[in-house]
Amino acid sequence: MPAKLLIVVWLVFAPAIGLAQGFAGLGTDADGYRQVSPDRVLSFPADHGPHPGYRIEWWYLTANLKGEHGKDYGVQYTLFRQAGAPPPEREGWSNQQFWLGHIALTSADRHLYDERLARGGTGQAGAIAEPFEAWIDAWHLGTTGAGAATALGFGQLRLQAAGSDFAYDLTLTTAAPPVLQGKGGYSVKSDRGQASYYYSQPYFQAQGSIQIAGRTVSVSGRAWMDREWSSQPLAEDQSGWDWFSLHLDDTTKLMLFRLRHDDGQDFLSGNWIDANGSTPISGDDISLEILEETELPGRTVPTSWRVRVQSRGVDVSVTPLNAAAWNGTQIGYWEGPVFGQGTHNAVGYLEMTGY
Amino acid sequence: MSRTGWILATLASHWRRNPVQLAALIVGLALATALWSGVQAINAEARCSYAKATALLGGPDVGVLRPARGKTLPQSVFVELRRAGYQVSPLVEGAISVNGKRLRILGIEPISMPSQAAPDGLQGDAVADGIPAFLQPPWEALAAPETVAVLEGNPDLPPRRADGSLPENLLVVDIGVAQTLLGLEGSISRLLMAQDVEVPDATLNRLGLRLAAPSEQDAATGLTDSFHLNLTAFAFLAFAVGLLIVRACIGLALEQRLPTFRTLRACGASARELAIAVLIEVLALAILAGLAGLVLGYLIAAALLPDVAGSLRGLYGVSVSGTLRFAPEWVLSGLGMSVLGALAAATAALWTVYRMPPLAAARPDAWRATQGRQMRQGLAAAALCAAAGVALYAYGDSLEAGFATIACVLLTAALVLPAIVGSILAIAGSVVRSPVSEWMIADMRQQLPGLSLALVALLLALAANVGVGTMVGGFRETFLEWLDRRLAAEVYVRGVDEAQARAIDAWAAQQPEVSELLPGRFADAFLTDQPVEVRSVVDAPTYRDGWPLLRASPDAWDAIFSDEAAMLSEQAAVRLGMGLGDTVDLGTGPLQIVGIYADYGNPKGQVMLSLERLERDFPDARRMGTGIRLDRAAIDPLLERMTQAFEVPPDNIIDQVALKRLSRQTFERTFAVTAALNVLTLLVASIALLTALLTLFDRRLAQLAPVWALGLARRQLAGLELAKTLVLAALTALVAIPVGLILAWLLVAVVNVKAFGWRLPLIPYPEQWLTLGLLAVAVAAIAAIVPTIRLSRIAPAQLLKVFASAR
Repeated sequence: MPAKLLIVVWLVFAPAIGLAQGFAGLGTDADGYRQVSPDRVLSFPADHGPHPGYRIEWWYLTANLKGEHGKDYGVQYTLFRQAGAPPPEREGWSNQQFWLGHIALTSADRHLYDERLARGGTGQAGAIAEPFEAWIDAWHLGTTGAGAATALGFGQLRLQAAGSDFAYDLTLTTAAPPVLQGKGGYSVKSDRGQASYYYSQPYFQAQGSIQIAGRTVSVSGRAWMDREWSSQPLAEDQSGWDWFSLHLDDTTKLMLFRLRHDDGQDFLSGNWIDANGSTPISGDDISLEILEETELPGRTVPTSWRVRVQSRGVDVSVTPLNAAAWNGTQIGYWEGPVFGQGTHNAVGYLEMTGY
Repeated sequence: MSRTGWILATLASHWRRNPVQLAALIVGLALATALWSGVQAINAEARCSYAKATALLGGPDVGVLRPARGKTLPQSVFVELRRAGYQVSPLVEGAISVNGKRLRILGIEPISMPSQAAPDGLQGDAVADGIPAFLQPPWEALAAPETVAVLEGNPDLPPRRADGSLPENLLVVDIGVAQTLLGLEGSISRLLMAQDVEVPDATLNRLGLRLAAPSEQDAATGLTDSFHLNLTAFAFLAFAVGLLIVRACIGLALEQRLPTFRTLRACGASARELAIAVLIEVLALAILAGLAGLVLGYLIAAALLPDVAGSLRGLYGVSVSGTLRFAPEWVLSGLGMSVLGALAAATAALWTVYRMPPLAAARPDAWRATQGRQMRQGLAAAALCAAAGVALYAYGDSLEAGFATIACVLLTAALVLPAIVGSILAIAGSVVRSPVSEWMIADMRQQLPGLSLALVALLLALAANVGVGTMVGGFRETFLEWLDRRLAAEVYVRGVDEAQARAIDAWAAQQPEVSELLPGRFADAFLTDQPVEVRSVVDAPTYRDGWPLLRASPDAWDAIFSDEAAMLSEQAAVRLGMGLGDTVDLGTGPLQIVGIYADYGNPKGQVMLSLERLERDFPDARRMGTGIRLDRAAIDPLLERMTQAFEVPPDNIIDQVALKRLSRQTFERTFAVTAALNVLTLLVASIALLTALLTLFDRRLAQLAPVWALGLARRQLAGLELAKTLVLAALTALVAIPVGLILAWLLVAVVNVKAFGWRLPLIPYPEQWLTLGLLAVAVAAIAAIVPTIRLSRIAPAQLLKVFASAR
């Protein structure tokens, strides 16, 4: 596919995914699309499937893995859905949905990634609620074994994808139900009411293999899935985000993000997830401090952070497994595994857009 | 200013005093560069377009999967392959009737399409505008500007946008739109994929797919290659002619500046500094002239491209964009040729400057003393060149050797031209008796060394014109006649499978307007370890009267239809070393060869048998399109009825009459291009001649003044000067014709055979030679006009001065 074609398709039809450059259309009115409301109660497994009446949606899976010999790896699998036009849904080739897949595999010295673009309406790419599936071409995340029957549909999933020079095949299992982010799944993204529906499954145990540099390596570790959909997630003056998902220990998880504003008045928010459930963290409880920046071709990216959540006694310095984890896809962003040290020994993922 | 700066300024003063010389140098080099880069630009544009067109049609850069049987596949095959990881792209095609005319519909899926296959309107800068409207409402269609105009105002079709890269009568739309227009919802016609995608055979078989053979347009590709080769050779010769001007100008400028060099050396400039200064000067002039040449070349290419585009579009069904795009390849090639050419032309001058002893420099006419020796050296070099040429011809066995032979021939001709013209003049001198004539001939001989470079330029231009003109002319005559004979049927129809083909044949045989039905089959076989194509022929007047036989036994056709004989294509006969009367065996029993026929453009050798024999020997032979002979006026109604009765894909119906009409237009346009290049090359040569005459003018006064003093009027003298120039030009033209014929023969018998595997006959065109001879004289006349007028009006005092300055 011509590189330029991909950019144009995504920017023209997909102004709202919030990755890097595509912000021109973010603040526009979402005429004709369904709007997010705080009253809606999410229901599973139905909400695992697509919500085509909303402009954008994603299935976002990251895994922190260790190989047989103790080496660290990170795996990313993302499926974006973007509507080219508001409902009603059109059939077949005239369907207005576009699907974008990103996959990546990170080690301390390599960061490999690939992408695919497809149109909806034919089955080339799509998602199904039950039994759960989210795929584009041969890249596939879906229920396996008895997975559909447990943990509200996410009990056992298999993730398979291959790029031009890497591949992975993981089985993800959990007994825990999905976790609602924000307030009951309603996640506010600005002081002016921008919001999305957002839930996660941060309790996956991952087991399987990866292929890198021509070798197959057995791996195991933790995985975290995010599901989010909206019609207008960012405010006009928001230029990108820094988003953390950290496994503080087996049961305690921390999600927090900073939406950067043009005027420097950033919007911070997060959720504390533990045995008691998911609790929102207010912005003034969170402190993010850049410790170190990395020069990448054409940009400077803050790759080491001091992350503090005062009310929870969290104070960790977060450093990347590979500071060059830049996804040089048509719309580029930083996405890679990180480690936290300090009050907690954490692993997790960091995503930074708009750099 | 630095020392080099001062030296440069001193050297430059020469050009201020001799602006004509400077102009000639720059114009010569600029024109040579212009012709070269212009032709390169045309070729680059054409190649780019071919690649795109073949890709759009599933050509060499794109793999194509077709249904193993039938003409469509379920769309689910596309999804299944994608979900198995094979990056294929679906395509649906067909035709609809719009206002009684067939309109091809091509439905593509631009997001998965290999990028090289996408039409212009969905590539590069057009993406931002094109894509959203193409695969979302209003679902715009792309079409050639002509087709957009034809469909103006049609409300039933999607809105149209012009795309110059598309062939006419074709609407490219999103696949979903095409499926609806064609009534093929849920179906696709084929799958495109990048060349590196490999689907295992087992998967193909399971899904009912087959990997389509590479483009069947090989013949056309070979012919377009030949066309571009001709243009390139022409451009190169024009460039060589231009370099002769540059060489003459630089040599003359050096010679005239020898006193300056001596003075500079005496003032303390080292040989190295002088050489560097001359190098800088040459480079500056080359870049200046090269840039001017590029602009001019662009204009030439832009002016010629519509003709080239039109011609290639029609014949090969490929479209070459009519507008020129800026491509770095020809810009660099043009500038590089200009700089390298100027450096090559200046090497001798540089060497002289570098080696010059400081005090022995001021002998501007010194080289004249060595004239005789130079002539002998030239002849020796010519003998060497000729020997090299003969050796290359005899032992060389490659395309490069063919071109090297051509270079040897031209070089030999250039080196011996002064000697030949000199000899003719010597003989003439011994015959004529009147004193004025004797003086005239003696003076011409004396003038010859000074004019020889210009005459060589003229010789090369004329020889190239004769050579390429003869080759292209032969190409046209032979190819068109061959095309007429090979594609004799008005329409060719290929059924999608055996059953449909049989049904169509049976149906067509019953149609009253069909006068002959020419079904055929072909198979692959081996003939003494060589892969060959076997094709069939049926007993019909079209074959008996029209097949392009080169040689045949008497009663050859009766022998063929007795099923015991075969005919061979020229390539097969040459490769196997076989001729009439020999026997071949395809593993199915002996067949006597009763004919050899032309099969231009086919890379494979071919054997032709009767249809009965072929069906007997090769039961699984594939079908060829059935040729249908009928009155032209009946074609459209017949096709209309046929497509109603049968589901024939539009690609499987070829209206040969329209194709041939276009191919004729093609060649007329081709000749417009050739004629333009002819004129431009001759223009370069005439500038060479003008330069030489002008620079010789002052020196010639020494020879003319005594004749004037003996009583010849200035106007008489001027007339004689003009006559001498014309005679020299005519003599050059006389030499150029045989040289051009040798050139043509080498192109036809060596270069074409090596490049394409087949040989076109050499057809001489005497009227072309006459035209060129007259043109040469006209060119000389134009070049001589300025000096002639100057001479006829020269002040007597200036002629007297010759004596006063005691020469």
